Amino acid sequence: MSQWNLIIDVARCENCNNCVLANKDEFVGNNFPGYSAPQPLHGESTIKISRTVRGEGHMVDAAYLPTLCNHCDDAPCMKAGGDCISKRADGIVIIDPEKSRGRKDLVAACPYGSIVWNAELNIPQNWIFDAHLLDKGWKEPRCSQSCPTAAMRAVKHSPAEMAALAKAEGLQVLKPELATRPRVYYKNLHRSTHSFVGGSVVASIHGTLECVEGARVELMKAGHTVATARTDAFGDFKFDALENGSGTYTVRVHHSERGYAERVVSLGSTQFLGDIELSGARAKA
Amino acid sequence: PDGTRRFTTNTNGGPLFVYVKDDKIVRMTPIDLDDSDAESWTITARGKQFTPARRGMINPHAQCLKSVVYSEKRILHPMKRVDFDPKGERNPQNRGKSGYVHISWDEAFDLVGGEIQRQKKEHGPGSMALWHGSHHQWGNVGYYLSSLLRFGNLIGFTRVHHNPDSWEGWYWGAQHHYGNSLRVGIPGFYGLVEDCLKEAEMIVFWSSDPETTNGYASGLEGTQRRFWAKELGIEFVHIDPNLNATAQLYGGRWIPIKPGTDPAMAIAIMNVWVTEGIYDKEYVESRTTGFEQWSDYLLGKEDGIPKTPEWQASETGVPARVVRALARQWAKKKTYLAAGGLGAGFGGACRNATGTQWARNMVLLLAMQGLGKPGINFGNLQAGTPLDHNFWFPGYAEGGISGELAHTAGAAHTYCRMPHVLTMNPVKQMVPRQRLPDAIIDGHATGYPWDGFSQEAQLTPFQYPMPGYSKIHMLYRYGTSTFGTINDTGRYVDMFRHDSIEMVVNQSIWMEGDALFADVILPACTSFERADISEWGNSGGYIHHNTDQLNHRIALFQHKCIEPLGESKSDYDIFTGILNRMGTGAMFTEGCSEFDWAKRMFDASDLSKKVKFKDFVKKGYFVIPAEQEKLRSPAYFRWFAEDRHKDVPEPIPLPSQWAGDFAKGLQTQSGKIEFVPSSLLRGDPDNAERPPVNRYIPSWEGNKTTALLHKYPVQMISTHSRFSFHTYGDGKDSTVNDIEDHRILIDGYYYWVMKINPADARARGITQHSLIRVFNDRCSVICAADVSPMMAAGVCKSYESSAEVDLFLDPRFGRVDRGGCVNMLTPKRPQVKGTDGMGSNSCLVEFEPYSLPVEALQRA
Ligand SMILES: Nc1nc2c(c(=O)[nH]1)N[C@H]1C(S)=C(S)[C@@H](COP(=O)(O)OP(=O)(O)OC[C@H]3O[C@@H](n4cnc5c(=O)[nH]c(N)nc54)[C@H](O)[C@@H]3O)O[C@H]1N2
Ligand SMILES: Nc1nc2c(c(=O)[nH]1)N[C@H]1C(S)=C(S)[C@@H](COP(=O)(O)OP(=O)(O)OC[C@H]3O[C@@H](n4cnc5c(=O)[nH]c(N)nc54)[C@H](O)[C@@H]3O)O[C@H]1N2
Ligand code: SF4
Ligand code: SF4
Ligand code: SF4
Ligand SMILES: [Ca+2]
Ligand SMILES: [Ca+2]
Ligand SMILES: [Mo+4]
Repeated sequence: MSQWNLIIDVARCENCNNCVLANKDEFVGNNFPGYSAPQPLHGESTIKISRTVRGEGHMVDAAYLPTLCNHCDDAPCMKAGGDCISKRADGIVIIDPEKSRGRKDLVAACPYGSIVWNAELNIPQNWIFDAHLLDKGWKEPRCSQSCPTAAMRAVKHSPAEMAALAKAEGLQVLKPELATRPRVYYKNLHRSTHSFVGGSVVASIHGTLECVEGARVELMKAGHTVATARTDAFGDFKFDALENGSGTYTVRVHHSERGYAERVVSLGSTQFLGDIELSGARAKA
Repeated sequence: PDGTRRFTTNTNGGPLFVYVKDDKIVRMTPIDLDDSDAESWTITARGKQFTPARRGMINPHAQCLKSVVYSEKRILHPMKRVDFDPKGERNPQNRGKSGYVHISWDEAFDLVGGEIQRQKKEHGPGSMALWHGSHHQWGNVGYYLSSLLRFGNLIGFTRVHHNPDSWEGWYWGAQHHYGNSLRVGIPGFYGLVEDCLKEAEMIVFWSSDPETTNGYASGLEGTQRRFWAKELGIEFVHIDPNLNATAQLYGGRWIPIKPGTDPAMAIAIMNVWVTEGIYDKEYVESRTTGFEQWSDYLLGKEDGIPKTPEWQASETGVPARVVRALARQWAKKKTYLAAGGLGAGFGGACRNATGTQWARNMVLLLAMQGLGKPGINFGNLQAGTPLDHNFWFPGYAEGGISGELAHTAGAAHTYCRMPHVLTMNPVKQMVPRQRLPDAIIDGHATGYPWDGFSQEAQLTPFQYPMPGYSKIHMLYRYGTSTFGTINDTGRYVDMFRHDSIEMVVNQSIWMEGDALFADVILPACTSFERADISEWGNSGGYIHHNTDQLNHRIALFQHKCIEPLGESKSDYDIFTGILNRMGTGAMFTEGCSEFDWAKRMFDASDLSKKVKFKDFVKKGYFVIPAEQEKLRSPAYFRWFAEDRHKDVPEPIPLPSQWAGDFAKGLQTQSGKIEFVPSSLLRGDPDNAERPPVNRYIPSWEGNKTTALLHKYPVQMISTHSRFSFHTYGDGKDSTVNDIEDHRILIDGYYYWVMKINPADARARGITQHSLIRVFNDRCSVICAADVSPMMAAGVCKSYESSAEVDLFLDPRFGRVDRGGCVNMLTPKRPQVKGTDGMGSNSCLVEFEPYSLPVEALQRA
């Protein structure tokens, strides 16, 4: 039996909001009996995008994380909701717009914040994967159809196929520790959840400060090298996907002609070390 | 299968399927091409094959349009200001303050038609100024260069002459070095997607954010092509005071720079090239003139100051070593220069005090690296797809149904293929758009013309009033965008209330902006409520082959999807109603409805050779097949680099404008790129603000104007909105308002966003998403702060184009806008003496935390 899944590549999401707007276009003012009641024009949306900005100075990046109902196979909302929430054979979780009337408690039942309260109609609402359209033969939901970067991909796969794909592409889910078995998978999630350590390597050459290209940079932890990098033409290097609060690192920079430098970093979250000036051509330790 | 009917339409943000049930729009989606549509092109580069997705990638400002059509701000009835009596007291001083009463269309047509006739009798020709924005809902029939111009010509009006807002620095500056006047000074782009993917090793994005502005009117079509570049390992660099959406998406070295200082950095790059001998000497020798004089300036032989990276550092805030590193990389790698969002033009940096200098330097940089050689050109993959350039379908600048041959590009194709009643405006008087309030309040104004046919016409000023004509006593305003999009817009309040203005008519769709200052309001409907015909992205005119930004050329029938809401009418029907009062209605329509005009246009176009009208209307769109691979256009400027005859399909320069052999070289006097332009040496040699040698002259409102900087220490840039198309899509109760990068809801009010740096926020006690008052001597605007390191310190950035103007009197600060019209703060001064260029992005401000006054808000 094949079921719907959504794959979101955080590195391809550009915050254009087409997915959010397409979703609103579909549900604001429209009633789809058995699927969804009209959603309000303004206010919290069933698709949300949150921003993570990392770094400072010239080494800054931003990631956008779209979140929506995960259509969990082991859904906490269903446990709380009883017969007002059901899972279809194709994996989609639907909150019955009639039966769920007044159930504001369900908002808190979703550990992902994916249930939104519709105060006008007095009902809880989720993103329903546009089941009403899929049932009419549409190939994908509105959000991924409007996505200009293919950051969102809807795929219909058997559980085994999906598991294989998740493995092959290194996909992750949100809050795996809850074991809710989400059907929304993420790629490059570290851009939202993890930190980087970066810096700019410079050296004085004939009395002029220059960017140092091609320096070897090592990221060390407890005496071991955990990653290496080469500085680019601007002298920049970046070690990404480091766990927040993962402790003390040493950054060692070495260039055969320009010298050596070392910095100790205690990683709470992202650290841009700024300029690292090399001095005294010292051989690599 | 769900009871809806699927129509098609076309918008500034791309084509849409529109699903309608019971005369109500249910949904709007992008268009997915089907198997019967023409095949897509493929580009082979470095062993990989690239074919675009078979879908029209639309903008957020298209995806929000259902909410805009059904906006609570729609004007549903003709209206008259309560205290406006054309037979008695007109009370101009109350414009923008008093309310309105509904009137019938009959009354409205009588009022407006009657006043137009009275004005002619009382004041004579030219007393009515007809005035519109730069853009319009998409379509060839109901466009301002079409129906509106036809209407205006049948009445006679003082033209509100636009400044080349999109092109400023290019038009007033760059073109003097290399020509291209017909493109208003920007380069062309034929064949450049293929050349870039095959050859380029680096792209320098300089004031270029194509993920926000996508060149012009081309949806998000270019996005996937830039991902291809990443896949091929082409490196990106971004020079911008803001880590803009493009830099965020693709990464690459961000070089934050102080706005308006870019010319200094560009000059320093060229200094490194000369000092280190790493420029294309052979090209400079054979394809350019005046280099010796330029290099004397770069090296300081002219003034004793070598323009080194160290020299520029205090100006730009960019460390010298970064400039040196960039200069060396650039020389080493085949580099595309993405100057402006189109890659081949525009850019916020062309709309400030140093805009001409910046655009001029963009040309000079590439002149030193061999512009036109493989992998060396202007662009960011936004423009130059291998599409068909011979298939004719009209763009909006080709005049539509106007019958106007002088002020549109209609003569070449539209008129001769679709003969229709010619029209012309006998009133020669013009008033410069940026100076309209000054013209009314001071009684006179000077402008400089926008002319696409020469480098010289811009040098001769024109005057308002023009001898023999009436001064302006009636304003016919079509649209509402002024406060958001023109500079120093507080001036307009005084203009609208000026005694000499006897009637202000506003013909608009939404109750916002200028509409609030009208005496009579004529409610127009949206393009979803009337028929039209058009092609995606086809502007025609000054952006010749603008459709080269798309992956597929798509011509569309714009169905009348629903009936006009309320009593609103199409602009076409409104014009007809007014002209009927004067007896020229039938001349205007030629007995045709908008649908009939659309059919006439179809018949005239090459579309009629490919598809039957009935089938076209039924399916709603037609994909114009891409060019066969062997017939694809060669790369732009290649002919020039190789000193061959020009081989790209654009009709410039004119036959008379080649100095040497026909079609060899450029439009300049020498036919080469001129480091010191002969057109300036001849036409404007002593202008200290635009010297023939493109020296760095610091901004007249920026980091060197210390007295002002002391009071207003932050440089504000106001650039194009990502989520709306200027004012279209903003406000109006649109779904876009809920996007946190667009507006922020605080205490039930949607505030405009100002991006600021954490250090600037900390110094002033400003927290994320709190209210701030942004101010200078011109006005105060209330915004919500977005605090992040994506904004360089000392700079703040906002979008230029709030649709909402909401003026009130704050007892503490005087007139305050909380709609978000940051253009209330921008200077009206032209960027350079002797031009009409906007200098909007040279604007010093201060900001501080703000809370509303305790008193009830009083409209100002
Ligand atoms: N500070 C600053 N200011 C800028 C710029 C900047 O970078 N910074 N950029 C400049 C540039 S490049 C531009 S192009 C201008 C754009 O400035 P404008 O052209 O003034 O902006 P638009 O919002 O496109 O204005 C079009 C108006 O026409 C109305 N309209 C559209 N379609 C129809 C229709 O079918 N019927 C009727 N009756 N009305 C219609 C719209 O509602 C809107 O009010 O802004 C300029 N201003
Ligand atoms: N979504 C959307 N798309 C649009 C439009 C729209 O309103 N909305 N308008 C269309 C029109 S009419 C036009 S003309 C084009 C305009 O397209 P552009 O002129 O290219 O756009 P801008 O946003 O003004 O400027 C682009 C970038 O320049 C940066 N910038 C500003 N000042 C400086 C400076 O001094 N130095 C440097 N280095 N960078 C600077 C800004 O931060 C911004 O990221 O966009 C078109 N596309
Ligand atoms: S994401 Fe929340 S609402 Fe959706 S299925 Fe899981 S628990 Fe239920
Ligand atoms: S909406 Fe709430 S109650 Fe209903 S199933 Fe989801 S979590 Fe449970
Ligand atoms: S449409 Fe795609 S790129 Fe745009 S915000 Fe949504 S997921 Fe991100
Ligand atoms: Ca024909
Ligand atoms: Ca061809
Ligand atoms: Mo423009």
